[in-house]
Amino acid sequence: MSWTQTLHTAWSAVRSHAMRSTLTVLGILIGIAAVILTVGLGLGSQQDVSAQINSLGSNLLIVTPGSTTSVAGLRAGFGSGSTLKRSDADALASTVNAPDIGAVAAEKSTSLSLVNGDTNWTTTVTGTTASWLDVRSRSLTAGTFLSAQDDADRALVVVLGSDTATQLFGTTNVVGQVVTISHLQFTVIGVLASAGASSGASLDDMAIVPLSTAAENLVGGSSRNAVSKIYLQAASTAQLSAANQEAQALLLNLHSITSSGSADFTIASQESLVSTATAVARTLTVLLTAIAALSLLVGGIGVMNIMLVSVTERTREIGLRKALGAPPWAIRRQFLLEASILGLVGGLVGAVLGVVAARTLPTVLDSTIVVSGAAVAGSVVVAVGIGLVFGVYPATRAARLAPIDALRSE
Amino acid sequence: MTGAMVTELFGPGPEAHDSAGPVIDLTGVGKTYATGSLEFEALKDVDLQIDAGEYVAIMGPSGSGKSTLMNILGCLDVLTVGTYRLAGEDVSELDEIELAHIRNRRIGFVFQQFNLLPSLSAWRNVELPLLYANVPAAVRKERAMAALGRVGLADRTANRPGELSGGQQQRAAVARAIVGDPAMILADEPTGNLDSVSTADVLALFDELHGQGRTVVLITHELEVAEHARRIVRVRDGRIWSDEVNTQPRSARFGEGGAR
Repeated sequence: MSWTQTLHTAWSAVRSHAMRSTLTVLGILIGIAAVILTVGLGLGSQQDVSAQINSLGSNLLIVTPGSTTSVAGLRAGFGSGSTLKRSDADALASTVNAPDIGAVAAEKSTSLSLVNGDTNWTTTVTGTTASWLDVRSRSLTAGTFLSAQDDADRALVVVLGSDTATQLFGTTNVVGQVVTISHLQFTVIGVLASAGASSGASLDDMAIVPLSTAAENLVGGSSRNAVSKIYLQAASTAQLSAANQEAQALLLNLHSITSSGSADFTIASQESLVSTATAVARTLTVLLTAIAALSLLVGGIGVMNIMLVSVTERTREIGLRKALGAPPWAIRRQFLLEASILGLVGGLVGAVLGVVAARTLPTVLDSTIVVSGAAVAGSVVVAVGIGLVFGVYPATRAARLAPIDALRSE
Repeated sequence: MTGAMVTELFGPGPEAHDSAGPVIDLTGVGKTYATGSLEFEALKDVDLQIDAGEYVAIMGPSGSGKSTLMNILGCLDVLTVGTYRLAGEDVSELDEIELAHIRNRRIGFVFQQFNLLPSLSAWRNVELPLLYANVPAAVRKERAMAALGRVGLADRTANRPGELSGGQQQRAAVARAIVGDPAMILADEPTGNLDSVSTADVLALFDELHGQGRTVVLITHELEVAEHARRIVRVRDGRIWSDEVNTQPRSARFGEGGAR
């Protein structure tokens, strides 16, 4: 019996039990759609995270106080502590000490209330220097950014994020307005161009003041000279690792630390941050996909169940076909094809449903879903495979039926 | 439809035999079923020869072993001892796949339950044996249509079994049995599910097939049916009880069943 003829026979058998076939297909379909969606969500969040990190700027190294690396297994304090000083940033900015480092921007961040009349808005107030705008690849829509003079003068000037401006003044046209921070009157000298929000952390809700102003007028106390982050921009992509080594050596020297293992700071490259973050996202994706794949397994068991029912119900047909000369392999092939058809239809419809859902859901969920062609094609192949694998047992059972017993059954 | 028309439609008889010997040659055949520790001898030391063109009825009450004999003749079951030559070929030692092939080429089955697939039209049912013989589609259809024509169902080829009467269904089944031009037509209680009119129809068809030179083996427990055959083999307790020529076979004509 030819393949096309077997296919025709299998297809008409699937069609003649429309309701049952539909329900079986539904099991596969849901599983496939779920896998496509979870893989898409995972890829989407990986993309989001790396986009977010890349939006920090380009060729960046980020120095944070404390350390995560450990020889003894116990070195906490990543991102905390006050071991990084403004003087560190100034030293790194020297073209003599660190020729491969192009620009340096130290950040000193604190959460404060901004007041305009009776409107008040709490946001992150960041003290930094003039180079910040370039290092972080940001631009202004209006006014000017902080100058070196502002920092030297400890000027009471502020550059606002576009959201912050809108929250306080209802408009972004606010250059020259006055904002009160910690009872001090700051003049707005510029507004940042919108950089969008990625994954909840808005890049547009912030207030930038000179680093010296933040240290002396807003924070004060014993930690006034500490900075929370130093952004280093390598002079070029090729100089990134050299810049990393220079920064490491210089900071160890400045902090009088002899062994790099006991450094009280951490230098991370964007690349390493991206890979760490996407590794986390990937783990999550794998986990979610595994759960979705479980539903595929359940769908596969559904196929097997239906095929077993079908074999039982069609015992007489099998007996007749065998009596008329069908060898066991022809019967097996017929039932395997039936199971594969169920898998294929489930896979195709599930893929369509998954892609449609991936297109529709982001508008509701506010999360990126990336549909990869490989995932869609892969799921359809897997669906057919599931049909085949779970069809083997019922098909073998059908092929093994003795024709006399099969013909005699009522 | 008249008998003359049937004759006209049938064409020449089969030349399906490889040798000039008997179509069926059973020698010392026995069949034992084992259920746990219990052994049941369904057939004992059966010798039976059926020549080409014979019309033989195998009779016996239930439990006599006639079903077992039918299964063995139909290559649906393997024998425990003895040899079985079908159309000159020893089939006692064949495996499952070879037996399937033999059934496909040598035997045309007619069952009590008709066993037509309900989802297929009449001609699709009839072409089934050819499907497993790898006959090209166009030839399959042509031969299926011709076979349906021979049994008087030329105008019913597209109907599904559910749309045919019992007698028509059994005639379609007979068409399926002859479509592959087998060495023997093996009919297992072919009239068991039919009313007397349809019974006469189907038996007349067998008479015609016999008239065409085909070998017909009819398994039945009804004497009235068996008496249509030219030879009656009686089976009892797993043995051949009697084997005699029926000198005065009943003849049936289409539509005459009601008279009996």
